[in-house]
Amino acid sequence: MSPLVYGLLFVVVAPLFGGLLAGVDRIVSARMQGRVGPPLLQPFYDVGKLFEKETRQVNPVVEPLLLGHLGFMAAAGALVLGGTDLIFIAFVFALAALCLVLAAGSVNSPYSFAGAERELVVLLASEPFFILMLAAICKVTGESTFQGVLASPVLVALQLPGVLLAFLFVATIKLRKSPFDISTSHHPHQELVNGLTSDMSGRLLGYVELAHWYESALLCVFVLLFFNWSVTLGLLAFAIAYGLEVLVDNSTSRAKWQLVLRSTWTVTLLFTGGNVLALFLLAR
Amino acid sequence: MSHVSLFKRSPWILHYDGSSCNGCDIEVLACLTPLYDVERLGVVNTGNPKHADILLVTGSVNERNIEIIQNLHRQMPDPKVVVAVGACACSGGIFARAYNIQGGIDHVIPVDVYVPGCAARPESIIDGVVQGIAALELKHKRSA
Ligand code: SF4
Repeated sequence: MSPLVYGLLFVVVAPLFGGLLAGVDRIVSARMQGRVGPPLLQPFYDVGKLFEKETRQVNPVVEPLLLGHLGFMAAAGALVLGGTDLIFIAFVFALAALCLVLAAGSVNSPYSFAGAERELVVLLASEPFFILMLAAICKVTGESTFQGVLASPVLVALQLPGVLLAFLFVATIKLRKSPFDISTSHHPHQELVNGLTSDMSGRLLGYVELAHWYESALLCVFVLLFFNWSVTLGLLAFAIAYGLEVLVDNSTSRAKWQLVLRSTWTVTLLFTGGNVLALFLLAR
Repeated sequence: MSHVSLFKRSPWILHYDGSSCNGCDIEVLACLTPLYDVERLGVVNTGNPKHADILLVTGSVNERNIEIIQNLHRQMPDPKVVVAVGACACSGGIFARAYNIQGGIDHVIPVDVYVPGCAARPESIIDGVVQGIAALELKHKRSA
């Protein structure tokens, strides 16, 4: 199959994958708390309902921006599988996140605005890592596309164990898991109401959920890059990593933004920087 | 044409505490604990009126919270229903004749389901929410 077909396939399959993942997440979380939890398809019911509910437009720019958020997020994944240069993806990914920040920042709600500010901090913390990560993967494999990396004889995870560890850390931010869910969260009773999504109702919130499903699928694709020898191995690694994220989510409380920024940069520098430096010195 | 809506599978709740004694609030929260676990029904306890389908109010209306209750109700997108939980929310209850109490929640916003009890038991609160879901479906169908 041509890469283009894979790209289109991502657009169709990723929401199903992300939605099911969210369903499993909610059941596992509930079981960890001694509850039964919702049905597996609950996230689909929720999003379906959001599209049935009345949508209140706070201003005319929120909807286009959120559609941009959704579109760029889907495009980022489609471009990876479509065989685009991996470094380019980091920027599309960041653009998607930026659309969400702009949408949340354009409304009057102080909660939404505070959420947007925090999301910017979170972006500032995580973006350098993603660029470094993709650059390091391209460097060790000598390839610049998804298909190239998968075909490479080098097992990326063995070459970049530090980067993989840092990825686990930064993924907590992207998956909006505690202690890094500072900009928005699914849990009630928090200081920010719902942060970023406070002022979004009906289908607007539906777009954000859908985009989040694409994002989860994209993170899974990133894990596949690390375990490029076999897709099954990659999916297994993603399942283990996601399980760890849920465990951390349920056993920690929210951190302050200073801690998020500092710890993420420290981890990025120590593990990613250290890993790349070690490879460079060994290669000499 | 029979229209299958997803409201009955995904009712999101906003809980507001008027002037309750906190007895009913504790019972509402008990619904979320492992024993009752309303998340089984797809219920999410959201803290945001703009995301909520059901406004669950405990306690009665007083001079100070009239505006807040009306505001929360206005901020909820349609379709929406109101469930009054406990004697206080239904009629003012034991505090009905206190100098600051105006009466039940229906004093300021239309109430769809009344859940009796002082405090209302978790079973009856869940029953009230389920009846609220039916009302939600009805409103959705009417507007569709
Ligand atoms: S109904 Fe009874 S338990 Fe509930 S808030 Fe009123 S006094 Fe408290």
